[in-house]
Amino acid sequence: MEKELRLMKGNEAIAEAAIRAGVDAYYGYPITPQSEVMEYLTEQQPEDRTGMVVLQAESEVASINMIYGAAGAGKRAMTSSSSPGISLMQEGLSYMAGAELPCVLLNVVRGGPGLGTIQPSQADYFQSTKGGGHGDYHLITLAPSSVQEMYDFLKISFELAEKYRNPAMILSDGAIGQMMEKVILDEQVPRRTEEEIIKDFPWASTGKKNRERNIITSLELDPAKQEQVNLNIQKKYREIEEKEVRFEKVQCDDAEYLLVAYGTSARLCQETVKLARDKGIKLGLLRPITLYPFPMKEIASMVEKQVKGVVSVEMSAGQMIEDVKLAVNGKVPAEHYGRFGGMIPSPEDILEFMEKQIMGG
Amino acid sequence: MAEVKEDIKKPENLVYKKTDLMTDKTLSYCPGCGHGVIHRMTMEVLEEMGLEEETIGIAPVGCSVLAYEFMNVDMQQAAHGRAPALATGIKRVFPEKTVFTYQGDGDLAAIGTAETIHACNRGENITIIFVNNGIYGMTGGQMAPTTLEGMKSSTTPYGRDTKKMGHPLKMTELVATLPGTCYVTRQAVHKPGAVRKTKKAIKKALEYQKAEKGTSFVEVVSNCSSGWKMTPVQANKWMEENMFPFYPLGDIKKPEK
Repeated sequence: MEKELRLMKGNEAIAEAAIRAGVDAYYGYPITPQSEVMEYLTEQQPEDRTGMVVLQAESEVASINMIYGAAGAGKRAMTSSSSPGISLMQEGLSYMAGAELPCVLLNVVRGGPGLGTIQPSQADYFQSTKGGGHGDYHLITLAPSSVQEMYDFLKISFELAEKYRNPAMILSDGAIGQMMEKVILDEQVPRRTEEEIIKDFPWASTGKKNRERNIITSLELDPAKQEQVNLNIQKKYREIEEKEVRFEKVQCDDAEYLLVAYGTSARLCQETVKLARDKGIKLGLLRPITLYPFPMKEIASMVEKQVKGVVSVEMSAGQMIEDVKLAVNGKVPAEHYGRFGGMIPSPEDILEFMEKQIMGG
Repeated sequence: MAEVKEDIKKPENLVYKKTDLMTDKTLSYCPGCGHGVIHRMTMEVLEEMGLEEETIGIAPVGCSVLAYEFMNVDMQQAAHGRAPALATGIKRVFPEKTVFTYQGDGDLAAIGTAETIHACNRGENITIIFVNNGIYGMTGGQMAPTTLEGMKSSTTPYGRDTKKMGHPLKMTELVATLPGTCYVTRQAVHKPGAVRKTKKAIKKALEYQKAEKGTSFVEVVSNCSSGWKMTPVQANKWMEENMFPFYPLGDIKKPEK
């Protein structure tokens, strides 16, 4: 069968992906630059298409807690927001990580801090990959760099979130959310029936029919038991770090110098690699697709084998560089280059920085 | 120890049986506290209505944070004030299930005000059980949104001064003004007659939920002998003399026939 092809905005693509992936509920609150997600969903009337529920909540605090409820009942629930709204959801995310509930969030990142700007940014890396709320936890974080990936990562994120019973974050930005590209759509996946939920998620609170009651909670007052809860969660994270790392390499086979960049920055860095190659510089790009788990081992092995210097390019004041430096472990120079507050670096500027700060030094 | 006569165990001599929907776990509440009775009434109604296999309850943050330890149905524990959002999230994807929240005054009327008002305003088909004892019990007796004027608490040691600390909030009257609520009532559990009325009110509330009439809201004015620094008997007397005049008992809103 011929694939269905459509020209779509990133924000629309993920909304369509949600319907087709058999998502049960979207609970959200408007914020620029991602409001198209809920607008597209309400326009599509997914209640008629698949039975998917869409509800505009009174705040991001309410939407993430609606997600908690639906996820606790074994349903596929998601939300989307942009940076200030995601900050408001941190409480709910911490509770969900503690209660081991799966869900998917989309953050169409804008510049901060505070109300900041509505222009694209990558300054929420720490918040997404290091936990964001209180307590020891991580969000499984995927970074799309195209509209197609906005579409594809929705289903992958749900699969990971459900496999590990942990919230997953799609960390996008204002540029990828707003830009239009062609998207290959896949076929409709039916929503899980109640019988399937009970089979797939025996822990879910669906009503205690033919079983003992199920409790969804992140509370454990006995410190010895709470430590065990944490150990169990940490064990999951070690497994995620072992099995779920995803990345893409561009011209890395013979690379002597390496750019590490995700999302919009990675698109710019592809151009930088071309410019460098034209000048005879053996530059490659490693694009982390999962930011948590971060491709530590891959970067470390490239540094071990061939790479003489690394630049981490990010639309932030320097966040991912901390993980890059951990991977490089002081063996070769590693520096951050970035623009922020809604500004986007140019491929030429990135190359200039590489030449002066890494190759010249 | 006195010998238990075998006769007493015969079914015809049975005058009271604990509902199977209360677990055997010892309640964590202080002596004289109303929570235990309100828990039991809620569970008895669910059992009598045969709803235990399709019910999902939401426990709050506060003294009743451990409600899920005692209520023998599927339960979710919410962040402080967020129970109505959880209940919304569940009910929208499982409209045929019975969903209730069990919340205290700090949870429902302070930190969760927005979630409460908007769930009620959307007319979510859920039942909210609101236990109002005018104080934060779990954290050690601080002022609640419902603390009466002049009432002492650990953060109003000289009494609540409404000029500085605002006025006690009548959340139940407030939600009764919203078109989404169908049944709004205020009850108590300090005397057997009041307990029976509370049980009836909870039953009505759940019946309206099953009939998809909108949000049903049952406030239960209760005591906090530890927080109020009184004996349970004194606390109930003080509640009758001071809480009931400000929070009068009875139905505030009923569905139109």
